[in-house]
Amino acid sequence: MISQEAKKKLQKIVGEENYLDSKQSLVAYSYDSTPGYQALPHAVMKPRNTQDVSEIVKVCNEYKIPIVPRGNATNLCAGTCPLEGGIVLIFTHMNKILEIDEENLTVTVQPGLITLDMINAVESKGLFYPPDPSSMKISTIGGNINECSGGLRGLKYGVTRDYVIALETVLPNGNVIRTGGKLAKDVAGYDFTRLMVGSEGTLGVITEATLKLIPVPETKKTMLALYDNLEAAGRTVSKIIANKIIPATLEFLDQPTIKVVEDFAKIGLPTEVGAVLLIEQDGPQEVVERDIANIAKICEEEKALSVQVAQTPEEGAALTTARRSALSALARMKPTTILEDATVPRSKVAEMVREIEVIAKRNNVEICTFGHAGDGNLHPTCMTDVRNKDEMHRVEVAFEEIFEKAIQLGGTITGEHGVGVMKSPYLAWKLGEEGVEAMKTLKMAFDPNNIMNPGKMFAKESRKRVVVNR
Amino acid sequence: MSQTTEKRQQELAIDMKQGMDYDELVNCMRCGFCLPACPTYRETGGNEAASPRGRIALMKAVVDGLMEPDEDFEKQLSQCLGCRACEPACPSGMKYGYLLEDARDIIQKKKKHSMPVRMLRSLVFNELFPKQNRMRTVSSLLWFYQSTGIQKLAQATHLTKIAPGNLSMIERVLPKVPSPSRMKNRPSHVAAEGTAKKKVAFFSGCLMDTMFMETNDATLYLLSKANCDTIIPKKQSCCGALHAHSGEKDGAKDLAKNNILIFEKEKVDYIVSNAGGCGALLVDYGHLLKDDPEWADRAKAFSDKVKDISEILYEVGLPKMELDPQTVTYQDSCHLRNVMGTFSAPRKLMQSIEGVTYKEMQDADRCCGSAGVYNIIEQEMSMQILDVKMEHAKATKARTLVTANPGCLLQMKLGIERAGLQKDVRAVHIVDLLAEALKKAEGKA
Ligand SMILES: Cc1cc2nc3c(=O)[nH]c(=O)nc-3n(C[C@H](O)[C@H](O)[C@H](O)COP(=O)(O)OP(=O)(O)OC[C@H]3O[C@@H](n4cnc5c(N)ncnc54)[C@H](O)[C@@H]3O)c2cc1C
Ligand code: SF4
Ligand code: SF4
Repeated sequence: MISQEAKKKLQKIVGEENYLDSKQSLVAYSYDSTPGYQALPHAVMKPRNTQDVSEIVKVCNEYKIPIVPRGNATNLCAGTCPLEGGIVLIFTHMNKILEIDEENLTVTVQPGLITLDMINAVESKGLFYPPDPSSMKISTIGGNINECSGGLRGLKYGVTRDYVIALETVLPNGNVIRTGGKLAKDVAGYDFTRLMVGSEGTLGVITEATLKLIPVPETKKTMLALYDNLEAAGRTVSKIIANKIIPATLEFLDQPTIKVVEDFAKIGLPTEVGAVLLIEQDGPQEVVERDIANIAKICEEEKALSVQVAQTPEEGAALTTARRSALSALARMKPTTILEDATVPRSKVAEMVREIEVIAKRNNVEICTFGHAGDGNLHPTCMTDVRNKDEMHRVEVAFEEIFEKAIQLGGTITGEHGVGVMKSPYLAWKLGEEGVEAMKTLKMAFDPNNIMNPGKMFAKESRKRVVVNR
Repeated sequence: MSQTTEKRQQELAIDMKQGMDYDELVNCMRCGFCLPACPTYRETGGNEAASPRGRIALMKAVVDGLMEPDEDFEKQLSQCLGCRACEPACPSGMKYGYLLEDARDIIQKKKKHSMPVRMLRSLVFNELFPKQNRMRTVSSLLWFYQSTGIQKLAQATHLTKIAPGNLSMIERVLPKVPSPSRMKNRPSHVAAEGTAKKKVAFFSGCLMDTMFMETNDATLYLLSKANCDTIIPKKQSCCGALHAHSGEKDGAKDLAKNNILIFEKEKVDYIVSNAGGCGALLVDYGHLLKDDPEWADRAKAFSDKVKDISEILYEVGLPKMELDPQTVTYQDSCHLRNVMGTFSAPRKLMQSIEGVTYKEMQDADRCCGSAGVYNIIEQEMSMQILDVKMEHAKATKARTLVTANPGCLLQMKLGIERAGLQKDVRAVHIVDLLAEALKKAEGKA
């Protein structure tokens, strides 16, 4: 509950027009892209600037009102579902590009800015921001930073973390800190910038970010290789990397995924093959040509059914478009789509994919796998129906087994979607109880009243690890 | 909240529970990919409740019993343009338009309109639009009014200003209505000029065949030039779009059945429409009547034949066209683009005209805010959207602003007036532009 007194104070900060608590608003901010989660907040607030945020946080800290910072709620871990009520903080007023610095190759933005809008703005100046989550048309920079989002170009260029160089953060006590800077080197104090990246709104509110840019690569080439079965594709991935070629993109689709994507995007993908690799290289012309030729050779050595290099940029773009819509196209098959992002060292991709098939069969659930094969980040995606309780239970068991296997192979439970509520029961599987304990200590130091995005990251109780019996 | 409102809301909630397609509501994965495509989301500065994802969530919340169908809820659905730009953007293939239609239909049935509104709705939906002769009568009155000079007098004395809001400006942009005798004597067959390549039936549309009769004439002229043999079935009725989008679904179904019955009799390759708004409903007849065993298959067969005029002209080809050198830009009709999937044919046709420099305006695929009667009911939002649209149109420096639907055409004209561009920019239906270009090229030959 928000007392009348607290409400008055909050309204005074932002004005009544920026404090929404009609039933309609509460419903509209009660969910995110994670299936099966919904909870109403008590109010939705639209701060206009850092000062507003700081004052809001102070009031909330005083009255112990939960705060859920929200970008555009495209996260897949129930990270912005206000499970404990409180205030959903949205950044529709704080969505500007503050500066594009062409000398230092940086861009400084407010958190509510849409990722693609920023990418377009910097590209119009010949600059490049590589992290490109499939959701970039609507995701925000604030969300990207807090989930440490990755994308198709992650293998060669890294993820959001590698591009955040300075932040302005409002801490849970209302203090505003600025960390990092337009610097390649900076060891003054703890690296708070890094700590905030991927913190999922549990440590503070990001109010400004400076991101590193690089020059736009000169050229880009896209190719597609088709395989009879999953393992051959997996072996190709490992072999490309072992040959010391780092493609910009190395994406992987299995057969059920291909079928659905083709149905949706109609770009002439053959729907009967066992697996597809979408490979892209960018950089100087000669390097691109050479790499693509070498990769083509490897594909053939690994018994690709066909290897096809896109002849025009348009053809190439159409192929990447198909990959981008994979997840959502899958959603057409069944009412509910559960997307996971178990990640393994890339040398283990083939083994992991094989195991996912086995697990799906054993539990009698339908799982399509696609993903960023180059960085070992797979997206086993389950098509189901939340209303079918029996099947949902089997889905849960299947995913537990997938997490367990990923960890066994030296991987992790989540590569880019974050922990939120969804993965919190499994966090200890990856970090150990001691690791979670250390995180809790840190969280309490920052946020003793637990007002920042409560209920996320830390589960009420950890899941017992499953023993996979074959 | 008064007891009657409370009771009404409870009843409405029950009706929503029974009437909404829950499977479709659950299908939305809340990915948000539709948000950037939605004009009302954008114009409200990113209000989730005014987005497709938000509106679906609100409908679902009502069905789930999470919220009452309160005034805000009805307002939010009313503010939706129904432009369906969210549908092509949706990777999961959500049929948002159907959900909206169902919800509006349910709300409408429960609605206790005030006496004058009730009478007006009944007049428009039961008496006027379903009956082509009545349509002619009203248009005739308008013709009398326009041709006797009262229009000028009223305009001169600013008498029309007393009409609420936009009505006065809308009135000024209304086309000159043809004389009653001309409206009565409509052809029923127009032969192909040469050897017929295709046989088509023309859906003439009620507004199009009265207020926009010139455009219909131009359509028939073009079809003849493109060597299409054209039947214009006499007993066809209004498509029912206005009904369907205003929550009068039963009325729409009756009209659909009549049209299916009439057009089935003609053995044709295509059924041609020249108004995106009508065409989109015609291709949806299959869905509209899907639960009616007697009609479902026939409706689908009908829908499968419907094509927009520009698709047909592009397919069969037109003789040489020419215009004085000018820059031309195009505003998509939402339903033509988002529901019928027609967007490249009109552009290619315009580009094929000699003398025309085609310039695409920014966000041409975005709704102009006309949306049926939206510009009268939701005036503020409509004008906000329109003014942005005119900025984009202006930036192309085009002299000719082309559209493909009567509602959009009127809205463009209104926009031109509001922006004070009457001297520099004209708005025309694509069919009229093509006919003009064809005639000009012919005159030269
Ligand atoms: C179809 C689809 C495809 C996707 N593809 C990818 C992909 O390819 N790669 C990938 O990595 N992810 C992907 N995602 C997941 C998601 O889009 C990303 O996590 C994205 O970064 C979330 O951005 P958002 O603006 O929607 O943030 P939200 O979902 O609103 O928020 C995400 C987290 O950030 C916090 N937060 C947001 N703003 C702030 C702030 N200013 N201060 C503090 N905390 C804040 C929230 O509390 C929450 O914990 C996909 C999701 C969908 C639905
Ligand atoms: S794009 Fe489709 S599935 Fe995604 S939120 Fe919008 S309507 Fe729902
Ligand atoms: S129909 Fe148009 S206005 Fe309505 S939700 Fe869809 S995109 Fe938005």
